Amino acid sequence: MDTLIAQLQRQFRDYTISLYQQGFLDDQFTELKKLQDECSPDFVAEVVTLFFEDCEKLISNMARALDQTGNVDFKLVGSSVHQLKGSSSSVGAKKVKGLCVTLKDCCDSQNFEGCVRCLQQVDIEYKTLRAKLQDLFNLEQQIVQAGGRIPQVDI
Amino acid sequence: MSKVETKMSKQTKPTETKKKLNVLIVDDDAINRTLHARIINQIGGVSKTAGNGEEAVILHRDGNASFDLILMDKEMPERDGASATKKLREMKVTSMIIGVTTLADNEEERAAFMEAGLNHCLAKPLSKENLLPLINHLLDA
Repeated sequence: MDTLIAQLQRQFRDYTISLYQQGFLDDQFTELKKLQDECSPDFVAEVVTLFFEDCEKLISNMARALDQTGNVDFKLVGSSVHQLKGSSSSVGAKKVKGLCVTLKDCCDSQNFEGCVRCLQQVDIEYKTLRAKLQDLFNLEQQIVQAGGRIPQVDI
Repeated sequence: MSKVETKMSKQTKPTETKKKLNVLIVDDDAINRTLHARIINQIGGVSKTAGNGEEAVILHRDGNASFDLILMDKEMPERDGASATKKLREMKVTSMIIGVTTLADNEEERAAFMEAGLNHCLAKPLSKENLLPLINHLLDA
């Protein structure tokens, strides 16, 4: 049992580090983890759930706006991407935030093709991050169920 | 490092505010409201939230609201942070008000926000490390 816990903890550590090294997460995610404790053990999961709900809603808004061929409301797209950039910054979703910056630039210059391409990338990226964080939370659960503690990972 | 942070780093760092604070968090973003409420909880305070500046003003309209601190986001629909701060000061609200800006805001925009009646400004994302020393410094003043 101890060997299993140690293995899971090692996997968790390595996976967490890889998420930072591959640019999915930045320091702000570390700050989120600091806000989680025994009083609020699911805090990070709750916040990232809010974030992914935001992603779905805002990406859908932007897709709808960009679908109005010849009559695109770039102001609406701009305001949605501004909000998404803010939320991604708040949770440490580094790649998503970076793509939002690019999308905002395309929007400001009313570059329709650029906006469409970028929005597709944002969609792919947030879904990728969602899957990866789900894997991370699953690892945490496995550690706890095996009777172990979730290790602190210094990035 | 700001003067507040330098002074604090020379002493043992506290983990809570010098007195238990009742805080109003004003932000149109649900994630920020959640984050800031958690930070306030971790530094020993309790909080209530408002989704924009107009909600914050309405909370104070009957004269019964009593917050030690208001964290006021700058950009919000209905009524933005500067307008809400100005209105609250006109209503003789004496709470400490810390404006929450973004890194994209320039000096002029920050100065204009301060002019509305803030005690201080901080850029998002807020953290225990940047908020706690500032609050304790303002409590000392």
